[in-house]
Amino acid sequence: MSMEEKQNSQTFQDFNQNTFKPNSREEITQIVKNCYKKNIPLEINGLKSKHKIGRNFQSEKTLNLSNYSGIIEYKPEELYIKAKAGTPLKTIINELDKNNQQLAFEPIDFGFLFKGESNLGTIGGVISCNFAGPRRFKVGSARDHLLGFQGLNGKGETIKSGGTVVKNVTGYDLCKLLSGSFGTLSILTELSIKVLPKPEMSKTLIINNPHLKKTIEYLGSALSSSTDPSGGVFYPEYFEKNFIFNDLTHKGALIGIRIEGPTNSVDQRVARLCKELNLLRDEYSILEHEQSSIFWNKTKNLEVFSNSKGNLLRVVVPMSETVNMIQKLKAYDINYFLDWGGSLIWLQIEDLNLKILKEIRDITQKHSGYFTIIKIEEDLKASADIFTIDPIKYKISEKIKKSFDPKRIFNPGKMYSGI
Amino acid sequence: MPKVDNSILSKRDQIVSDVEKIVDPKNVLSHIDEIKPYETDALAAYKQVPLMVVLPETVKEVSKILKYCNENKIKVVPRGAGTGLSGGSLPLQDCILLAMGKFNKVLELDFENRCVVTQPCVTNLAITQAVQDKGFYYAPDPSSQIACSIGGNVAENSGGVHSLKYGATTNNLLGIEVVLMDGTITRFGGKAMDAEGYDFLGLMTGSEGLLGVITEVTVKILKTPEVVKAALVGFPTIEDAGNCVAEIIAGGCIPAGMEIMDKALTKATNDYSKAGYPTDAEAMMIVEFDGTEHEVEAYIEKVKKISEKNNSSSLKISKSNEERLKFWAGRKAAFPACGVLAPDYMCMDGSIPRGKLAEVLKEITRLSKKYDLPVANAFHAGDGNLHPLIMFDANNKESLKKCEEFGADILKYCVKVGGALTGEHGVGIEKRELMCEAFNDKDIQQQLTIKVALDPNSLLNPGKVYPILRKCAEEGRVHVHGGKTKFPDIPRF
Repeated sequence: MSMEEKQNSQTFQDFNQNTFKPNSREEITQIVKNCYKKNIPLEINGLKSKHKIGRNFQSEKTLNLSNYSGIIEYKPEELYIKAKAGTPLKTIINELDKNNQQLAFEPIDFGFLFKGESNLGTIGGVISCNFAGPRRFKVGSARDHLLGFQGLNGKGETIKSGGTVVKNVTGYDLCKLLSGSFGTLSILTELSIKVLPKPEMSKTLIINNPHLKKTIEYLGSALSSSTDPSGGVFYPEYFEKNFIFNDLTHKGALIGIRIEGPTNSVDQRVARLCKELNLLRDEYSILEHEQSSIFWNKTKNLEVFSNSKGNLLRVVVPMSETVNMIQKLKAYDINYFLDWGGSLIWLQIEDLNLKILKEIRDITQKHSGYFTIIKIEEDLKASADIFTIDPIKYKISEKIKKSFDPKRIFNPGKMYSGI
Repeated sequence: MPKVDNSILSKRDQIVSDVEKIVDPKNVLSHIDEIKPYETDALAAYKQVPLMVVLPETVKEVSKILKYCNENKIKVVPRGAGTGLSGGSLPLQDCILLAMGKFNKVLELDFENRCVVTQPCVTNLAITQAVQDKGFYYAPDPSSQIACSIGGNVAENSGGVHSLKYGATTNNLLGIEVVLMDGTITRFGGKAMDAEGYDFLGLMTGSEGLLGVITEVTVKILKTPEVVKAALVGFPTIEDAGNCVAEIIAGGCIPAGMEIMDKALTKATNDYSKAGYPTDAEAMMIVEFDGTEHEVEAYIEKVKKISEKNNSSSLKISKSNEERLKFWAGRKAAFPACGVLAPDYMCMDGSIPRGKLAEVLKEITRLSKKYDLPVANAFHAGDGNLHPLIMFDANNKESLKKCEEFGADILKYCVKVGGALTGEHGVGIEKRELMCEAFNDKDIQQQLTIKVALDPNSLLNPGKVYPILRKCAEEGRVHVHGGKTKFPDIPRF
């Protein structure tokens, strides 16, 4: 038996199973080719940290990429890391840590939300879902950090785009198109990700007890200031029990504004920011490095919603719309906090139904924004639109889907029915 | 270029009269004297007069023209300011050149959301000028920023010297309004970040006018940094300079800009602009930091130490903004300085991993001897973008041919060491045939299927970016089996 036959027969044997866990690119290719030939829809996943996000859909088999794992190449001085799609994010973060580097877009740990404990997922999943943490407004989203990839289209053909250099305009930028496509266009197999140095120091200015309108004014001024913050968040008073820090002098609602960089400059900028915002000494406190890190980890990991039963929407609007938007949302039974300097509303809502969802969608659209359903009761999920799309974009998306995955075998219907 | 459709040429008068019903007839140019100025962009070696030039004034007009062209199978080439270096807006003989020059207004300055909404033919620099009195600026700064249009920047995903810290166009863009070839008007992205669904904003950016015509652009603006300082460092060898760059980056500094010039360019630019460069150094580095005072001081101090450790032969820190600008004056005069040395020069645009700089420059020196043409090298060391300037004489056909071969060899070598064919100028027609160096048949076919999905008749800017099959096959890189091409349903362009 030739090597190739052996491999085919091995895969063929596996083909009777419901879940494939390939170890090599060849196996993945073989599986996809088989599924293409036999019209078998696949659910693609890794460590299942985010698999509950998206529509429910019918798939005959599951392609689990968690065994296709490992760092291929890490060049700190070239600022990139190349890894197989199933590599746990944790492995990557630990490796980068050794060289004082990081993924600047702060991938969200959805494990707390869904299971009450950390599950960072895989690098392939992080890019496929394109959710960025608090540093978004400064450094961009996950999609801005994908330098290149290799993957498979729906026929099992190898495709690639980009490379390992930051400047590359050779051909269409498929890195962007595939980021946030939730595995519906292509299977990412190897990814090259831009990494950046960790700031030497991080401190957080906490402003005590602001009301919402003042919050947006503070955050707006901070984000437009040359003190160059890298995080801006607001927690209403009902989350106060989540933030018990030695450095915190007050209870109640709080704004957190993060300043990072060389130690000297951080102190100078924090002082400057307090002055620019006209803060009195008893109106604020400062979280030192360690506590600042804990604060932002809690924020990026949505820990205030850890293991909660409620539904969670991720609402994004231009910052100028946030105040009015929240005023209107207060008609419902909500808990929320603001990230991205006020443009991102993490909205937890009790007693959700389709009518309320539609009303919120209308409000969001009126305020030039959009929302994605992150967590929703199972009986509502089947009939709710998880993602929103207009008819023109649906038509274009349909065509693009077909150009990558003509038989719709990759996560069919995960984003939109029919795509 | 794609085959000329003679039936279109023969219907020219009819087409002119039809288009005059869509837009104000004064915006339809068809006389040779009127259309001649549009025969080329900044890649001036290629010239072609289009069938006619149309200057639409509204998005509805753009939509109607594209719909009309789609129905009548007429090719369309969009054009912004015409400053592109890779021939992206080179007309075709049987095309309507869609010149967007009348879309020249800034529509909204939105400081609350820190963005600007503008029409596409506003220049890159005009955006900064519109917001600088409030202390803001638009970060990407391609060298042609005084003339290039923001729509063209989106089409080419233009960069600039600050790309490492601030990204290229794609990282500073929030939304666009686009007209597709069938006349559909739609918007991708907007003031709310990261619109959900497929990232068409990202796909359109850098698609070189092949997928849609941009009619409105929303970009983010940043607060102007308080302090900017630069260091000018000389090195006895290219290797030392390369090591210094690697160590600066690995040491946790992200400079706003970092440039390296080789000895030839240092001397040429210094002679030209009297910038005070260390002309005895084999390599010269300008490294710039911006931010608050303490931040910049801390980084400059770090760079000083790292440079000394890497055998720097000279080191100057700018003491004033004037001095800093003087450091840059020479670098910014690289083009005219080379213009003094030779009748013509060609500027190449490859990307390489920073660590390969010494190796690539060595190879360029070897090739320079082989082709017997002088070359000077500028390198955006921060983001790995290499711009060799090959000097030649365009009146001498042999010299032009040698220069083109030399350039192609450099770009092939960039790909070989793990870089890219083009860092910021685009593929256009200039590097089209080199695409086979970076991509195989399957990669290119996947990209072509995207084109077909949005423009099934291949009418929008055809002949650009993707190699014409025949040429690739001749080079033995497109796999043609038994005389049959794969994907017979896909048109070739």
